[in-house]
Amino acid sequence: MTVTVYVPRDTASISMGADDVAKAISDLPEDIKVVRNGTWGMTYLEPLIEVQTDKGRVAYGPVTVQDIESLHQADFLKGGRHVLCQGLTQEIEYLKNQERLTFERCGLIDPLSIDDYLENDGFLGLKRALKLSEKEIIDDVMTSGLRGRGGAAFPTGIKWNTVYEAQSDQKYICCNADEGDSGTFSDRILMESDPFCLIEGMIIAGLAVGATKGYIYLRSEYPLCKVVLNDAIKIAEEHNYLGFDILGSGSDFFLEVRIGAGSYVCGEETAMLESLEGKRGMVRAKPPLPAHVGLFGKPTVINNVLTLASIPIIMSKGGDYYKDFGIGRSRGTIAFQLTGNVKCGGLVEKAFGITLGEMINEFGQGTYSGKNVKAVQVGGPLGAYIPPQEFDLSLDYEAFSEAEAVLGHGGIVVFDETADMKEQAKFAFDFCVIESCGKCTPCRIGSTRGSELIDKGNFELMRELCDLMDSSSLCAMGGMTPIPVKSALKHWENDFKD
Amino acid sequence: MINTNKAVEVINQYIDIPGGLLECLHGIQSVFGFVPKETIDDIADGFNISRAEVHGVISYYHDFKTSPRGKKVVRICQAEACQSMGSRDLTRRVEEILGVKIDETRIDGAVSLETVYCFGNCALSPNVEIDGKLHARVTSDNFEKLVKGEEA
Repeated sequence: MTVTVYVPRDTASISMGADDVAKAISDLPEDIKVVRNGTWGMTYLEPLIEVQTDKGRVAYGPVTVQDIESLHQADFLKGGRHVLCQGLTQEIEYLKNQERLTFERCGLIDPLSIDDYLENDGFLGLKRALKLSEKEIIDDVMTSGLRGRGGAAFPTGIKWNTVYEAQSDQKYICCNADEGDSGTFSDRILMESDPFCLIEGMIIAGLAVGATKGYIYLRSEYPLCKVVLNDAIKIAEEHNYLGFDILGSGSDFFLEVRIGAGSYVCGEETAMLESLEGKRGMVRAKPPLPAHVGLFGKPTVINNVLTLASIPIIMSKGGDYYKDFGIGRSRGTIAFQLTGNVKCGGLVEKAFGITLGEMINEFGQGTYSGKNVKAVQVGGPLGAYIPPQEFDLSLDYEAFSEAEAVLGHGGIVVFDETADMKEQAKFAFDFCVIESCGKCTPCRIGSTRGSELIDKGNFELMRELCDLMDSSSLCAMGGMTPIPVKSALKHWENDFKD
Repeated sequence: MINTNKAVEVINQYIDIPGGLLECLHGIQSVFGFVPKETIDDIADGFNISRAEVHGVISYYHDFKTSPRGKKVVRICQAEACQSMGSRDLTRRVEEILGVKIDETRIDGAVSLETVYCFGNCALSPNVEIDGKLHARVTSDNFEKLVKGEEA
C-alpha cells in the first residue's frame, strides 16, 4: 500500500534542506507518495516530515538527508520509533497549546491542492458571503472585532465600511504582503502554506466594498511566495473563484501579484500605494485616507495578509465565533513569531492575553545559546526592547500601548546576555537612516543626528530628538524609531556608559 | 555592449500594465543583471515619463543595481533577529573569507557581498543567501563550505 509522507515546502524548511530530504525519501525503494505540504510553523523542528499512519500523522524532525537511512531502518513509514520521532503531529505540545484559526490549514494541506482546501472548509466563507449583502458582510466583520494585523491595529470593519460608502467607478483591494519587520514571517507562512485562504479573504473584501480588482504587494525577499501565489491564482481562475462571474454570482474579481524592491518603508500603506503605481515609495500625507483616495486615486482597502486571511473563518463561522477569543478590545487570535536567540522558534497563533513570559519560556523554552535572556524586542524594528522583569506583560494591544510598547505584527526577537543595548539603540537610528523615504525632516535628518548623538554620548539631547521625531514625523518610520531607542536607554542605562 | 533592442523588447511587455515601472525594472534586471544606463532613455520613452523620474525610482529601491554584480552574489541579513544570533561577527568573518567589504563587489568581479534586511527566516538565524539559495543557521565554518558549493 502506498504510504503518504509529508515534507514541507516553505522557505524555512527548504533553508534547512527539505528539498533534498524530499528527494531522498522519494528515492527509497518503497511505495511512497511524497506530498509537499506547507509548514505547521514549528520552525525549530524543520524540516519536520510526517508519515500518514492509521493513528494519524506521525512527525519526525528535524530531519536531514543523513537521517533518512536510519529512519528507514527504524521503519518510519509505519510510524516506527526513532530518536527524531515527535509522536503524532497534533499531540506536539507546541502545536496543541495554540489556538489555530487563521492558520488552521497551514501544514495540514498541500497548499496548491484546491481539493484539499475545499475538504478543509475552504471557500465556505466566500459561499456564505455571496448570499449576503455588502452591509451584512461588513457588519459581521465589525462584530468579529478584527483589527488590522499589520501593526496599526485599525478596526477592519470600519475601514471596509469607509470604502464601501465611497462613490467611485473603480475600487481596489490591496494586500500588504511587504512583511519587512525583522522577527516576522507569519505572512510568509500563510502565503506559502495556505494561499487560497488569502485569495478567499480578498475576494470577500472585494464583494463587501464593491471592488473588482486586487493587488498583492509582495516583498522581493519572498521568492517562493511569488511562485505559490501565482500558481494558486491560476488554479483559482481555472475553478472560477477568480475572474468574471465568480461561481455564477454575477460578481467579478481579478487578482495580481506585484513585487516590491527591497524598501522597508513600502510596508507603510501610502508608500506601498506609490510603489504599486510604479513610483518612489514616498509616504503620502493623510488625509485624504487611502479609503477615499487610494491606489490610482481610487477608494482602496489596504489590509495586511493576516487580516485578509482571517476573513474566511469569520465569514464561515460568524463574527461572534471569532470575537469569543481574546481579551478586552483585542479580539480573536494573533500570530506571534518567536525568533532570534530562542530555543524553540516558530509560529504561535494564540488568542490575545497570554503573557510575554509564557510565550518566551513555555513556547520558546528560553534562549538558543542557553544563556540568560537579556531583552526581547516585540513588534519589529520600531518596537520596544523589553527586559525580563516585565515578562508578566499581557500580549494584547492595550497592555502594550500602556507600557509604551507595540505588538506590531507579532514578531518577538530574543536576545541573550551578550547583547549590547547601546549597539541595538544605535542600529534603530541607523536602520531609519537607510530606510527613511526622505519626505519629512524629523525622520530623514533626525535619524542621522540620533545615531551621531549615541556615538557622542549626548543622551539628554538624544531624548529631546526622540520626542521631536515622535511628535512630528509623517509616518511610523520616523515616529516610532524612538521607541526601541528610548526603551533600551531606560532599561539598560549601564550599557550606555563607556 | 548593452543590447538596447533586447531592452525595448522587455520594456514593451510592461508599458501597458498600470504602474508597471517596478515590474519593468525587475524584468530589465533579470535580463542584464542590473539596470544599465543605456536602457533609461527607452524606459522613459516607453512609460512616457522623464529620465529623471526613471532615475528617481531606480535609485530609491535597494534592489535595483546600476552596475554589474559579482559572478557570485552573497547576501547576508543584518537585521535584529540575525544580530541576536551573531550576524555582526559572522559578517566580519564573511568579509575576510571573501576578501570584500559588505555592500561592495570584489575588484576582480568574482563576488558581491550585499546587505539584506530580513529574509523572513528569523527562527533559524543567522541567514545567508548564496546565488539565490537561502541557508539558515550559518556559522563562519559552514559558510566556507557553502560558498565553495560543498554541502555544509
